[in-house]
Amino acid sequence: MSNTNYIGKALSRVDGPAKVTGAAKYAAEFNVPGLVYGYVVSSPVAKGKITKIDAAEVLALPGVLQVFSHENVPMLALLDRSYKDDVAPGGSPFRPLHDAEIKFSQQPVALVVADTFELARYAASVLKIEYETVAHETDLETKRGEGFEPGTGKTGFVPPPPPRGNPDKEFENAVHRIDQEYVHGTQHHNPMEMFGTTAEYLDGGKLNVYDKTQGALNSQRYIRQIFGLSKDDARVISKYTGGGFGSGLRPQYQLFMAVLAALELKKSVRVSLTRQQMFSFGHRPHTLQTVKLGTNADGSLAALHHHALHETSRFEDYTENVVNWSGMLYQCDNVKLGYQLAKLDVYTPQDMRAPGAATGLFALEVAMDEMAYAAGLDPLEFRLRNYADRDQNLDKPFSSKKLRECYHEGAAKFGWEERNPAPRSMRQGNMLVGYGMATGVWDASQQKAGAKVSLSADGKLTVQSATNEIGTGTYTIMTQVAAEYLGLPLEAVDFQLGDTDFPAAPVQGGSWTAASVGTAVKNACEALGEKLLKLAQQMEGSPLKDAKFEDVEFVNGQLRLRLDPGQAVVVRDIVQASGETKVEADATAMPNLIKQKQYSLHAHNAVFVEVQIDEELGTLHVTRVVNAVAAGRIMNPKTARSQVLGSVVWGLSMALMEETVMDHQFGRYVNHNYAEYHIPVCADIHDIDVLFVEEEDDIVNPLGVKGIGEVGMLGVAAAITNAVYHATGKRIRELPIMIDKLL
Amino acid sequence: MPENPTHTSGAAITAPLPPVSPVTLRINGQERQLHIAPWTTLLDALREYLDLTGTKKGCDHGQCGACTVLVDGKRINACLTLAVMQEGRDITTIEGMGTEEKLHPLQQAFIDHDAFQCGYCTPGQICSAQGLINEGKAKTAAEIKELMSGNLCRCGAYTNILAAVQEVVEMELKIKN
Repeated sequence: MSNTNYIGKALSRVDGPAKVTGAAKYAAEFNVPGLVYGYVVSSPVAKGKITKIDAAEVLALPGVLQVFSHENVPMLALLDRSYKDDVAPGGSPFRPLHDAEIKFSQQPVALVVADTFELARYAASVLKIEYETVAHETDLETKRGEGFEPGTGKTGFVPPPPPRGNPDKEFENAVHRIDQEYVHGTQHHNPMEMFGTTAEYLDGGKLNVYDKTQGALNSQRYIRQIFGLSKDDARVISKYTGGGFGSGLRPQYQLFMAVLAALELKKSVRVSLTRQQMFSFGHRPHTLQTVKLGTNADGSLAALHHHALHETSRFEDYTENVVNWSGMLYQCDNVKLGYQLAKLDVYTPQDMRAPGAATGLFALEVAMDEMAYAAGLDPLEFRLRNYADRDQNLDKPFSSKKLRECYHEGAAKFGWEERNPAPRSMRQGNMLVGYGMATGVWDASQQKAGAKVSLSADGKLTVQSATNEIGTGTYTIMTQVAAEYLGLPLEAVDFQLGDTDFPAAPVQGGSWTAASVGTAVKNACEALGEKLLKLAQQMEGSPLKDAKFEDVEFVNGQLRLRLDPGQAVVVRDIVQASGETKVEADATAMPNLIKQKQYSLHAHNAVFVEVQIDEELGTLHVTRVVNAVAAGRIMNPKTARSQVLGSVVWGLSMALMEETVMDHQFGRYVNHNYAEYHIPVCADIHDIDVLFVEEEDDIVNPLGVKGIGEVGMLGVAAAITNAVYHATGKRIRELPIMIDKLL
Repeated sequence: MPENPTHTSGAAITAPLPPVSPVTLRINGQERQLHIAPWTTLLDALREYLDLTGTKKGCDHGQCGACTVLVDGKRINACLTLAVMQEGRDITTIEGMGTEEKLHPLQQAFIDHDAFQCGYCTPGQICSAQGLINEGKAKTAAEIKELMSGNLCRCGAYTNILAAVQEVVEMELKIKN
C-alpha cells in the first residue's frame, strides 16, 4: 500500500494558504527600502511625432527625481535583435523611449520618477508634451484587399498547408453549400494584476527585478540584451503572477522603464501600469474570416475553405494558427486554407488564451452548425459523420484522440437528445431556449525544461525550476509529481519557481507547463533516486545491497524492494548516513521527437450549451454548459476542473461581452477600462459541468499529460452562438452577441 | 503645404503640492501612524506605506473590487476613499481576517472549493464575502451571485467562489437560527 500516490488526486492548491491570506507577493508588492516610483505617460495620438517635451516645471516640483524620455535615455543596445524576446514575432520590436516617432495610441512616451506614487502620478499629468500628428489607419475593414502572407518569424507559427484535392471544383459540385463571413473585434487579456515591476537596486549596481511575467528568463534575457547586464547583474523573480492569459509571454514596457530608471538613478524603482495602460500593448487581433463548406448527399464534407485576415502593427508581423485547425478537425479531402495579415497603426497583437484556435474554431464551428442545418442533419450527427481518425494536414495518426467519447459523454450528460432541432421550437415561460454544441482542438506540446531537486537530512525536498505560476496550478502539480516519484509526504516537498537562478524552463504558455516542467521534475527526482540508492547500498547492513534501480521504489518515505517491500530503508536516514547535509540532482527533459514525429499530438473537447433568451428584451443567459475534455492524464482533477470552468467563462465572455472598441477618428480604444470593457461577473455564470474523458497517451510525454489551460475555452463561443440560432432563428456571425443583435 | 495638426498634452499646474501630515489609522485592531499627503488613497496607504499588500490594486477606479476592505464591518473599495477620511474607523484587511496557521472560515472555504486560480482578486473576494455576510441580505445562491458581482475574477472562478461563499453563508445562518 502506498500513501504517497498523488498524481491524479483532487488535492487543494499548495499555494492556497498564501493566496487567501494575502501573503502571496506579486511583482509590485516587494516593498524594498528606499523605493521610488515611476509613472508612465502615454501618447494621446495614434501616429506622428513628439515635437517638444517641456519637463522643466515638472522637474522643479520637490520630490520629482527625473523625467525619462527619448531626449535623455542613454545609448542602449543598437540592434533590433537585442529587443527581441523569446516569443517576439517577425519584424522590428517596439523600443520604448527610443525616438520621437509615435506608432500607436497610448504609446509610452515618458516616465516620471518621484519619491512617492502620488507625486509621480500628478507630475505625469502635468508634463507638457507637444505632438505633430499624421493620418493614421486603424480600421481593418479598409484593409480587406491589402492582406499579405506573413513569414514564419514567430515560434510555434505554422503556415497553413497547401490546398489538397480540388477544393474549388468540389465546392461547386456539392449538394449543400454555405459561404459566410465571421468576425470578432479586438480583445484585451486584462489579467486582474496590472503589469508592474519592482527593480531593487543592490550594492554594486546589481538588480533584483520583481516582474509580472509568464517567463522570468524571458524578462531577464530582454533586459540583459538591452542594458548590457550579466546574468548575475539582473536576477528576475516572479513568485506569483496575477493572471497572464498570454499577456505576460512578452516582457512589457514597465520592465524596461523600471530597469532603466533604477540603473540611471541608482535607486530601487517601481513602475506599475494603470488599467487604462493595460490596453496599450498586445491583444487578440480583430479578425475577418470566411468559411465555405460543401457537403455530399450523405452528409460527408465535400469541400472546406477557410480564410482569415487579421490586424498586426506596422512594425511586427504577429502570427497565430487560425485556419490550420480546419484542415485537421474533420475528414475532408478537398481543403483550401488561407491566412493573411494587414498592417495598422496599432500595437502588435499578442497570444491570448488559445490564440488562433479561439478565433478559427469560432468560425469553423459556427459554419459547421450552419452546414448541418443546410444538410438537414443534427449538428452532432453531422460532426460524427465527418470524424477525422487521422490528421490530414500532417497525414499522420493521432497519438490519442477521444473526441468521439467527448461527444457521446457530453451529449448524454447534457441531454442533447431532448433537443428539437427546429429553431424557436423550445420555450420555458417567456424565454426562448436554445441548445448548441461545438468542438475544440488544441496542441499537446512539450518544450525543453530543467529542474533541480535537493533532499536535506531532515527529509525535506526542495524542487526548483524557473517556470511560472499564473494560476494554472503549477506549484501544486509539481509538488505532486516530486512527492510521488520520491515517495514523500506532500508537506515534505517545497516546489520553488519564478527565479532566473533556477534551472531553465520555457515561458508559461501553450498549455505545455505540466508536460514540460512535470517531466523535468520527474527526471530530476529519478536522478536523485539513483543517487539515493547508491548511498543506501553503502549503509551498514543495507537490505538493498544488490538491488538495481528498477528493482526499487520510493513509497511512504522509504526506499524499498518492489518485490519484497519489507526490505526497506527510510529515505531521510540515507541522507543522514551519507554524512552530507543534502543530496542533490538536476535534470533536463526534452520531448522525445523520434517517438512523437510519427503522430499528431492534440487535446480535444466537445461543448454543449443551453441559452435562454427573453424574446422581448433580448437578454441572454447561458444557463447550462457541459464541457467534455480529453486532454490525456489529468494530474489534479480539482485544479484541472477550475481551469476548464475558467475557460468556459472565457468562451462566454468572448461570445457575449468582450470587444475593445476603436474610435477610428482618433485611432484610440475608447472603452479602455474595466467598467466599459465587459467581462463576466458572478451573476453571469450559471451551471457549468466539466467532464474529463479518460485518455491514455504514452507518446506525448512520459507523464501522459496534454495540458488543460486552453483547450477548455475552445468551442464555447461557437456553441453559444449556435444555441442562440437554435433559440431565436437568428444566425449571428459577429461577436460579441449583444442585445442589439438579438432584438 | 499645410502643417500637420498638432496636439498638446499635460494639464496646467494650478496649486502647490499638498503637505504631508500625520494620519492615524486603526487597521486590524492596531493603531498605525503614517505621514502622508491627503491625496493618498486608503489603498495606496495600505500597500505602499504600511506594507499591507494583501489588498490588491486591479483598476484604481472602483471597477473591479480587488481592493475591497471592511470599514466598520462594511465592504468598501479602498481605491475610492482617501486614507485621511478613514481616521477613527475600524479597518479590516485580508491580513486581519486570518493567518496561514489560523485561517478564517471563508479562507478555508476558498481553499476547499478551489475558489481562485491566480489569487489576485481573492483577498477582495473574501473581504467582500465577509461584508455580504455582515449585511445579512444574501441567503440564496442567486442573491449571493448578485451581491458578489462587484468583484471581478478574470480567471473565471465564479462557480467555486459561489460554492465557497454559500457554504459559509449557510453555516452562519445555521448558527443564527
